Amino acid sequence: MIDLKGLLSTYEQGAYFCELLGLPDGSSVTSKTAATIIKRLDKLNLKALKKRALAAEHELYNLGITFTVYTDSQAIDRILPFDVLPRIISAADFDIIDRGVQQRVAAINAFLKDIYHDQKILKDGVVPKELVLGNENYCKKMEGVEIPGDTYVHICGIDIVRDTDGSFKVLEDNARTPSGVSYVVENRHLMLRTFPDLLKGVGVRRVSDYGLRLYQALAEVAPAGREEDPVVVLLSPGVFNSAYFEHVFLAREMGVPLVEGSDLTAEDGVVYMKTTGGLQRVDVIYRRIGDDFLDPQAFRKDSMLGVSGLFDAYCRGNVTLANAIGTGVADDKAIYAYMPRIIKYYLDEEAILQNVPTHICGEPEGLKYTMDNIDKLVVKPVGEAGGYGVLVGPRATKAELDERRQELKDDPANYIAQPVVGLSVCPTLMSDGIEPRHVDLRPFAVTGKSTWVLPGGLTRVALNKGSLIVNSSQGGGSKDTWVLEK
Amino acid sequence: MERADSLARLLEVTETHSRDEHGDQDWKLILEVNGDLDHFRQEYGKVTAVDVVKFYTIDLNNATSLASSVAYARENARSLRHLISTEMWSQINVMHSRFRDVKNKDIQPRRLAGFCSTIKESCQAHTGITEATLYRDQAYLFYWIGKMVERADQASRLLDVGFRRALKLAHSDDNAGESLSHWTGLLRSVGGYQAYRRTHPIRLRAREVTGFVLTNKSFPRSVMYCLQEAHDDVSKLINEHGVETAHPALQELEVALSQLQNADIQQLVNSDLHEFADTLQQQLITFTQRLAEGCFGLDKQD
Repeated sequence: MIDLKGLLSTYEQGAYFCELLGLPDGSSVTSKTAATIIKRLDKLNLKALKKRALAAEHELYNLGITFTVYTDSQAIDRILPFDVLPRIISAADFDIIDRGVQQRVAAINAFLKDIYHDQKILKDGVVPKELVLGNENYCKKMEGVEIPGDTYVHICGIDIVRDTDGSFKVLEDNARTPSGVSYVVENRHLMLRTFPDLLKGVGVRRVSDYGLRLYQALAEVAPAGREEDPVVVLLSPGVFNSAYFEHVFLAREMGVPLVEGSDLTAEDGVVYMKTTGGLQRVDVIYRRIGDDFLDPQAFRKDSMLGVSGLFDAYCRGNVTLANAIGTGVADDKAIYAYMPRIIKYYLDEEAILQNVPTHICGEPEGLKYTMDNIDKLVVKPVGEAGGYGVLVGPRATKAELDERRQELKDDPANYIAQPVVGLSVCPTLMSDGIEPRHVDLRPFAVTGKSTWVLPGGLTRVALNKGSLIVNSSQGGGSKDTWVLEK
Repeated sequence: MERADSLARLLEVTETHSRDEHGDQDWKLILEVNGDLDHFRQEYGKVTAVDVVKFYTIDLNNATSLASSVAYARENARSLRHLISTEMWSQINVMHSRFRDVKNKDIQPRRLAGFCSTIKESCQAHTGITEATLYRDQAYLFYWIGKMVERADQASRLLDVGFRRALKLAHSDDNAGESLSHWTGLLRSVGGYQAYRRTHPIRLRAREVTGFVLTNKSFPRSVMYCLQEAHDDVSKLINEHGVETAHPALQELEVALSQLQNADIQQLVNSDLHEFADTLQQQLITFTQRLAEGCFGLDKQD
């Protein structure tokens, strides 16, 4: 154990695993590199640290690393609050994440290929048929559609938490259009500028080649015959989208044009981009708009964001979409519960990353267990994102518990329940000093013909004391994530 | 950014002049030249120095105010952020966020000149950053064409304001000294006083000043210089980048250039300057429309 005399001397990790110091009983062995970082942090002075944190925040505004919230009268720029104390991941821990994420992505892709073709997993009864075919994110039109490399999920974000014993657990899969990777890269740039002294001589794995890796992966799965120097574009809903900054970031880092639906056109099964010099064929589209809005001819008729005829071109194999259409069925919270079995089914391997045990309220025994133990469980609606509608049993009032019981009775299939995971904590700069705050991790996996996992990922931190909800809409911020080289 | 630069110049020079007895008349002139008089009266009623300054600086309901221009520039930069350099974006973004904090007290008469200087400096920093960092492709050419067209338009407006003021002076019992300071002020507002003195060491009269602002080939804010630059860049779009659809726009520009070359400056000074400026501004609008139709597939407007 390291003797802490300075900044960290008053820091108490409590009963949780600490991402910096390890197990709550202090029995963790700290690597030499981690010890160097801990000592450097401990030597920092609180006042100077706050000053630097403020400078970092200003920089985020100046560089416009912001999302825009539109109200009736004006547009307000917000930053994702940034905590300057980094989250450290050892090389050994990242190895587990890396292999675990790769395994999960492989299983998700095999699952999607199967359910849109032979549906063996349904016939074998491993996953209930109605859960897949009756899922609102299941896209019947994708049945029998062939896509390059059988890669459905090119960009996958898997939310991982750490339990009190230090083990990683998957909280949810994001297989549609996971966002947040721009913060990973920008947070690192920010740290390199504001804390060069902290990083000096410490081997931290780089994150800045994400754009290049993504481009290469997408080029690998361009339509047949177009893999050599394909035209890749990023399709954005436009400047009013709150994630527009990320779209700009990705287009810039990949070196590809940023387009909106009106910049594209489909003719005779081929997608073109309108340029001042005429039409240019498009081979791969990294789309940041939902399935429903992609093509008014095939999906929602009222979509102003999409391209008429895009789906036809897609079915003919003339354009690659990343991610594929209909991937939402794989990251559904109900399917999530079956993920260990899905991994076993396709890969014949045990899951490297465990799920959080999940009770499906749509099933009678799951519902009964949830009703009986609601005060000990986290109850989540399956269809909501952004941390909305999450009830943390042990922290809820009696009225809140009763309300949720009623909701469970009315619409059980809409909910799942999980035990409360004692999310790990990280030292975080608060107004009175350094305090523990709960964190999660979203590593990003990029898949063309093979899968690459960005070393690190987005660490989200629940800035409200004791809060377990890290979403930015619920008072969450982010941290730079350092994967150590050794 | 170019519009903000020019407007800051116009406000600064008007503020300096309006310290004499002509006062509010000068402020009314700006409104007339920009075609904003009706709009202003609806919003504010009586023309006063304080309100006109407010109207042109921090009033976001006025689409031509400094605040609006900077907000548009920032919004454009935001949507084109993948094409421009990070430095360009960051500078505009910072300028915009500083502008949002501007209060009424910052635009009081004694602070206005300083405020306008800051705006000008920011606009010029933008130009410098662009020159030093923007990749020279079609986007750059379109950027520069837009800048030159805006600058030519604003130069014609500044000249128009200056002229109307000169006419008013001529009708009152002014003396030679004041007339001289008037033309000096006008040249300063286009940033051309020193350049003018180098070419015309002796004479400072309506005819020479008008000729200089309209047709000088070497002064970077003259109408002729700007249109020539725009012409060169549209030609480059066609010849080097194969944007054949820019031809109609090029023709429109050539009409404007030839009118400028053949203009009888003495005649303009005597009577037709306002009309000439109006025609020129209309031609620039048509040019911009042709370019948008040809290159960005925007609908034809009549």
